[in-house]
Amino acid sequence: MKFADEPLAGQPLPILPGHSSPGRLERVLRAGGFAITSELAPPDSADAEEVYRRARLFDGYVDAINATDGSGANCHMSSVAVCALLTRIGYAPVMQISCRDKNRIAIQGDILGGAAMGVCNMLCLSGDGVQAGDHPQAKPVFDLDSTSLLGIARTMRDEMRFQSGRKLTSAPQVFLGAAENPNVPPVQHRAARLAKKVANGAQFVQTQYCYDLPLLRDFLKSAEDVGIADKVFMLIGVGPLRNAKAADWMRRNVPGIHIPDSVIKRLAGAEDQTQEGINLCVDLIQEIREMKGVHGVHVMAFKQEDRVPEIIERSGVLAGRVPWYPGRDANAA
Amino acid sequence: MYSVRLWSVRHSRGLNTFYKGFERAMIALAPLWRAIGYQRAEKPVAAFEKRVKGLLFDCKMCGQCVLSSTGMSCPMNCPKQLRNGPCGGVSNDGYCEVKPQMRCVWAEAWRGAGQIDGGLAAIQVVQAPVDRRMEGSSSWLRVVREKTGEPDPNAKKPAAAPAKAPAAAKKEGTP
Repeated sequence: MKFADEPLAGQPLPILPGHSSPGRLERVLRAGGFAITSELAPPDSADAEEVYRRARLFDGYVDAINATDGSGANCHMSSVAVCALLTRIGYAPVMQISCRDKNRIAIQGDILGGAAMGVCNMLCLSGDGVQAGDHPQAKPVFDLDSTSLLGIARTMRDEMRFQSGRKLTSAPQVFLGAAENPNVPPVQHRAARLAKKVANGAQFVQTQYCYDLPLLRDFLKSAEDVGIADKVFMLIGVGPLRNAKAADWMRRNVPGIHIPDSVIKRLAGAEDQTQEGINLCVDLIQEIREMKGVHGVHVMAFKQEDRVPEIIERSGVLAGRVPWYPGRDANAA
Repeated sequence: MYSVRLWSVRHSRGLNTFYKGFERAMIALAPLWRAIGYQRAEKPVAAFEKRVKGLLFDCKMCGQCVLSSTGMSCPMNCPKQLRNGPCGGVSNDGYCEVKPQMRCVWAEAWRGAGQIDGGLAAIQVVQAPVDRRMEGSSSWLRVVREKTGEPDPNAKKPAAAPAKAPAAAKKEGTP
């Protein structure tokens, strides 16, 4: 998709009436497109080229790239820094902000700085507990929670002030996101909990991996029941599983991951389990796409990022659309 | 104590009814608190509050109690101190990811809220970020002060709120 008002590479798009950000992700969603986002595994390195190499894997297949913020409570290059590198050459990142490592003073500074660098999308998270990561001896901060963080970000954008009330001289023009996990207790109240986030400013949602489609359908139904289905863009989390053993390990050891037995069985029964994991992911995307109240998918291909183009290509969800990437229009000409 | 905390959630309805009566009594005693002086009353009342709510709810004395909105399950017992709902790491059987022996505070909260009249509406109220200056102070006295229009001695300066409504940000045009 090429917008009529396409700017020079790295420059922001004009903000359309009714939009919050100059970003491509919001443009695609509001235009009724099926959006694709993916997740960049930030390097354990100070080399910018490593970030670019990982981002290039997604060229032409994603509308935005999530820059994780110490996901799984493991230490990596920071979300803000990855976003700085990506925006420098025009990529559209989703800057993840976790409440685990920073207090409200640091976080509000990052929101301003991120927006100044051209970050158009911010995903407000509580954050994984430090016990899950490589530094369990660290101090968990949790000055805010994800819902109150959304409220603060929205206040900065719409009312141009910090939580303290002090005025900003220009507002961070950002599209605000929240996370939800439809799979874990209290399952029947997950949509109600998400409604609080929507009430406090969430405009798009990226979910945890959804391998259990009946459960996802129930969640989407209850989202409709609590009246948020038409107030928020829903991007469902999907991803390839490497093999049955890894999938079983994940569901037993990674907090928040739910994988039904039927999925494990399907993988275990395949000759090439890794390939079957890709097939399964493609099937999931195709089924999820047909569900009412879904606006896109968030592909988290942990350690299989190079397979993302294949997954998206085969699922057919882009329907011929080529999301922008640095050099796209030069290549096309 | 953990087992008492779970008992309190099971009896959320009764405890909420009791609290409502207690709150009315505290407010009726406002002239007394004023006569003693809120600052002088603060220490003993807070100490008593800590004993009672510590026993019943494992209260952490955040100073801005929301138990009536959380089904009598104290959100400050959540290792992430989440005040608006559970994180995504709750185990399939409803236990905490950080403390696997502990029931998720929020799974409990929804259970407790379901037993209180209006509890499921109250749990949907978005809670503001914690004001860390209030830690250790009495929520009971704060409620009395709020409902009788007394100034808050804990707040060294106004927490937020410029008096005038801030102008809405421009939504379009500027990059």
